[in-house]
Amino acid sequence: MSRTRVRPGAVVTYAVLVILAVLYILPFLVDIANSFKSEPEAAAHPLGLVPQTITSAAYRRLFQADFPTWFMNSVIVAATVTAGRVLFESMAGYALSRLHFRGRGLVYAGVVGVMAVPPVVLLIPKFLVINQLGMYDSYSGMIIPLLADAAGIFIMKNFFESIPRSVEEAATIDGAGTFRRFWSVVLPMARPAVITIFILSFQASWNELSHFIISSQDPRLTTLTKGVAQLASGELSAGTQYPIKLAAALIMTIPVTVLFFIFQRRIMNASAGAVKE
Amino acid sequence: MALVTVRRHRDRGPGIRGREAAAGWLFLTPAIVILGLFLVLPVLMAAWVSVSDWTGRGSPFAAGVHFVGADNYGDLLATPGLAQRDFGTAIRNNAYYVLLVVPIQTVVALFLAVMVNQRLLKARGFFRTAYYFPSVTSSVAITVVFLFLFSSTGAVNDVMSYLGVHGPSWFADPRGVVHLLLGGLGVHQPPAALAGGSLLGLSWWQWISGPSVAMCVFILMGVFTTSGTFMLLFLSALQNIGAEIDEAATLDGTSGWQRFRFVTLPMIRPTMFTVLTLGLIGTWQIFDQIYTGTQGGPAKTTLTPAYLSYSASFQNQEWGHGAAIAFVLFAIIVILTIFQRLLLRGRA
Repeated sequence: MSRTRVRPGAVVTYAVLVILAVLYILPFLVDIANSFKSEPEAAAHPLGLVPQTITSAAYRRLFQADFPTWFMNSVIVAATVTAGRVLFESMAGYALSRLHFRGRGLVYAGVVGVMAVPPVVLLIPKFLVINQLGMYDSYSGMIIPLLADAAGIFIMKNFFESIPRSVEEAATIDGAGTFRRFWSVVLPMARPAVITIFILSFQASWNELSHFIISSQDPRLTTLTKGVAQLASGELSAGTQYPIKLAAALIMTIPVTVLFFIFQRRIMNASAGAVKE
Repeated sequence: MALVTVRRHRDRGPGIRGREAAAGWLFLTPAIVILGLFLVLPVLMAAWVSVSDWTGRGSPFAAGVHFVGADNYGDLLATPGLAQRDFGTAIRNNAYYVLLVVPIQTVVALFLAVMVNQRLLKARGFFRTAYYFPSVTSSVAITVVFLFLFSSTGAVNDVMSYLGVHGPSWFADPRGVVHLLLGGLGVHQPPAALAGGSLLGLSWWQWISGPSVAMCVFILMGVFTTSGTFMLLFLSALQNIGAEIDEAATLDGTSGWQRFRFVTLPMIRPTMFTVLTLGLIGTWQIFDQIYTGTQGGPAKTTLTPAYLSYSASFQNQEWGHGAAIAFVLFAIIVILTIFQRLLLRGRA
């Protein structure tokens, strides 16, 4: 309407938005700055965004300790879980949306029902099963229970339903089996949904903590989340050691940050799938 | 074309429907096995443990493990004692957390969404990214940063001292904020009416304590980490409204606030519904932050049912209690969600 006139409200709007943006970003800047400070300086000048003397001592100490092991474990778990979820959830979603068989409705109702169970409630129960199956303190116990997620199946099923059936008919006539039709015809068309599942799965498994607490205690199986949480609660060390903790927190944030900026447009636009637990 | 297809498949034995059924089950097998083994079976197994006296040694199905009826639930809900007092404390703490985080994060998220949805706004992408970013990072990393920001010599107290205020030692401060407010008014001792023990081992005075100073930091953190996620949900709802409706309302001579209150708000009702429900379910499950930050301290004022369920089982070997807490928590979440839905539907 009045593009030429300077709106008096505009200044206020920008001021509010900028102040809020500073509040949301500042904790991360403080994290970065203090991870490069000495411990006394971090305690004396916690707000200084430029260290008086820049030191990488915190990072060196982290990498001399168990930190690389934690990082590797997180990579192993997140990579396997992400790959598994993308495959299993798209397969399940395909079956529930496209294949006709008796019991399909029942399975779908089950998937929806399972989505309603709050994950934290399953903490103790999951340990009981993992222990009973002899999977405690192993990668399999840490990975397999995370390999399928009802919400992901739900997302895939809904997406497959939006792909027209006619694309499959041609392949059927050519004599392609169900798996071929799924793998080479329908799945490539479901790229946006597959990417959504990829992002959600990686983020969820990289940031997962409680499942790793109940599925292992062997230090060699510690993931980043568990290691850093125990570092923070002082279980592993004496003193505050804030630069080390902040450096650890920063490094564990990098992979999800990179992923976020790669897929930023998609994440910010497909908000329905980006709910954090 | 269809005829040809059917004939070709008929020639090949079991027929299209039969093979499709086999394929269907095959495709679903991995998901069903995993969800069944690690979601359905655990619930059944935990149901047994919650009515048993299993101590964590060997299998809960071994001969030495006995059925104890509703004893574990009784210890939490009916029998006065440490288990009941801890449970009551955890419920109180988490209730204050839910009561404050859910409304605040909803309002903040909606406010942010409305702000960044303005068509003439420059750098919209930057602002959206800034507000959403905390939602991407792990709660462990954010807790570590908050532990530093709110330590007694931390950045927050630094800022407060510039303003001439002596900040509390946040994460170590167990005082309830309602008690603090009452103390400011000169009420330091519970009035006689509130002093008696009344519910789940806590006196009314203890129930009305408000969240502790330590819990307030978690509340702030909860809003900080989830408002961005819900901002995106509101944003997509706002974008669906479309400019025409807003412009029509503008032509009718309504003020900005009236448009928001009588046009926008009713149209994003379903999203409001979703945000409140997800918020309610999520906030009753706070665990990671407590495990990383305070382990329930100071003076058990950040103990939550989820963390208590974990510590009762893994640290105190009271597996029956731990499993029972999980089920009571489940019941609380289900009941409150249904209650909330009825309440919101009733007002529609």
